Amino acid sequence: MWKTILRRFLIMIPEVIILSLLVFLLAKAMPGDPFTGSINPKADPQQIKHLMRMNGLYDPWYQQYWNWVVHLFHGNLGNSYQYQEPVTRLIEGRAGNTLWLALFTMILTYVFALPMGVFAGRHEGKLPDTIIRVYTYVTYCIPFFVILVIGIWIFGYVLGWFPTTGSISSDATGWLHTVGSRFYHILLPGLLGALFGTVNIVQYLRSEVIDAKHSDYVRTARSKGVPNRDIYLHHIFRNSLLPIAAFAGYSITGLLNGSIFTETVFSYPGMGLLFVNSISYRDYTVITALVLIYGILNLLGTLLSDIILSIVDPRIRIE
Amino acid sequence: MKTASNFLDIKDVSTAFKINGHYYDAISHINLQVQHDEILAIVGESGCGKSTLATTIMGLHDPAETKISGSVDFEGTDLLGLDEDGYNQFRGAKIGMIFQDPLSALNPLKRIEDQISEVMDYHTSLSKSAKHDRVIELLNQVGIVNPERTAHQYPHELSGGMRQRVIIAIAIACKPDLIIADEPTTALDVTIQAQILDVLRDIQRENHAGIILITHDLGVVAETADRVAVMYAGQIVEQGTAEQIFNSPEHPYTRSLLRSMPQRDNENDDLYVIQGNVPSLQKMPSKGDRFAPRIPWVPASAHEEHPAMHEVAPGHEVRCTCYKDFTFPDEKGSVTE
Repeated sequence: MWKTILRRFLIMIPEVIILSLLVFLLAKAMPGDPFTGSINPKADPQQIKHLMRMNGLYDPWYQQYWNWVVHLFHGNLGNSYQYQEPVTRLIEGRAGNTLWLALFTMILTYVFALPMGVFAGRHEGKLPDTIIRVYTYVTYCIPFFVILVIGIWIFGYVLGWFPTTGSISSDATGWLHTVGSRFYHILLPGLLGALFGTVNIVQYLRSEVIDAKHSDYVRTARSKGVPNRDIYLHHIFRNSLLPIAAFAGYSITGLLNGSIFTETVFSYPGMGLLFVNSISYRDYTVITALVLIYGILNLLGTLLSDIILSIVDPRIRIE
Repeated sequence: MKTASNFLDIKDVSTAFKINGHYYDAISHINLQVQHDEILAIVGESGCGKSTLATTIMGLHDPAETKISGSVDFEGTDLLGLDEDGYNQFRGAKIGMIFQDPLSALNPLKRIEDQISEVMDYHTSLSKSAKHDRVIELLNQVGIVNPERTAHQYPHELSGGMRQRVIIAIAIACKPDLIIADEPTTALDVTIQAQILDVLRDIQRENHAGIILITHDLGVVAETADRVAVMYAGQIVEQGTAEQIFNSPEHPYTRSLLRSMPQRDNENDDLYVIQGNVPSLQKMPSKGDRFAPRIPWVPASAHEEHPAMHEVAPGHEVRCTCYKDFTFPDEKGSVTE
């Protein structure tokens, strides 16, 4: 078990190196430079060149890459050109918000999707199954940002039930009030994300349950005299969860990517919003740092998937 | 054949499957009896309804998709009249079933021990350690060399033969009176087949169980069965003791089957091949002998319009009258049109 995880972890090292190279080269290939936007257009071109040289932007690419990696290992992701602040501090303040929202959305998604998937599979072809299937297709067809805009308009402005911006109200004091206010701010985006993000899990789980229902081992269980309820509990459910477990890790990264929409629409100060802002201001250091972080989180997500899978499926464990 | 020791009495059982909104008989009007200490073999080619009969006795069909009529009297209870909970009192406890494909019949995510003791969870009140002891005892009984180790393994760690032994252990865990073995050796190679059959016979001797052995392998039948029922296209066409069936087969289908078996002392290398196929469920003729299209040289007048079972010797029954002067085309005095 631990060997599997360690082995899987070692594979990640070359992946991270390749990822960092790609991120670095792509950032280099982006048009424009960090100074054009921030310096007086009438500035002396010689002076700009001097600034670029001072910042190492004329060094050969491998030299620049090496410097960047060395700084990475010292926890230095550079300074944001836009905010004139270390990138690490910028991200520190926002990572928590994003993680908090993503986790909440993910838990809600599973809470909604797991029972629906099993229920639909169990009553295959009957009315509840049809309703659930139509629901998932409808949610799948509507672009997520449209849902967010409609949601924030109805529940935020028209009904006024939820806050429409920020991650915490400005007058929140005390531990309980702070946590409560934070929770209140992620409630609407979390609910919308969960209600409109169930399609993968529901459809997968449904077809897995239908497959398992007709499998030989379930027939064996029936011939043992196991009642229907226990057959679902002990045999069908666990086997059907395998593919769900397989992409649980990925779904975390999917949520992080989705946070770009959610945070922009809800003006929620997280990494997604920071990312969008940095792109519009060509804030290279922030963009490369964020792409790298998102990339590493993706790799961690797949690692997590593999670990979960090796826990639930004995066939995958490597001795 | 109906004596006091018949503990399983299948009367006029038909099972129909729903295909595109219509019901088609997969087995029709089956009458069979099983006694203690007896191995009844049901033989026939693929698609003749052998497995359907087995799953009908076990009540494993989805009631929404099947229509079952007749009665299955098991020790005084009509199984077909039971609801799901009632059936579960019999499944695993008094009737054990061994399935065809050992590779898929075990839950891949459960340890062998848990899969065997699950039967006891529902039918006995044994303590945890008593169940463990019983699991080890069962694994020993079915010939697994290192039972303690095997009990803790998962199905994918076992060979096909070992998995089939585990499935047998599950079937016999509660010492059932009836064991239904649906092609228990088909997926296994020949040396393992013989061992598995030995295990089955040993268990039967110990528990005085009745066994329904479903197979298309006549070699297996000859080795193990006391009585034989030959099925064709959802009907029983001939039944009798193993000697009667093998030494004096009457029905053209039985004779064709036996003739298509490889013989050591056969002079020529060609095997007999029965022409045509078993008709599909939708194309099953409503009257006449269902085997008639496959023996076209027999004149229509030789068949009954509604073929019935005829007793040719005590305990030996044959369907239809066409057996009386049936010969193969290459035999002397063959009936030709």
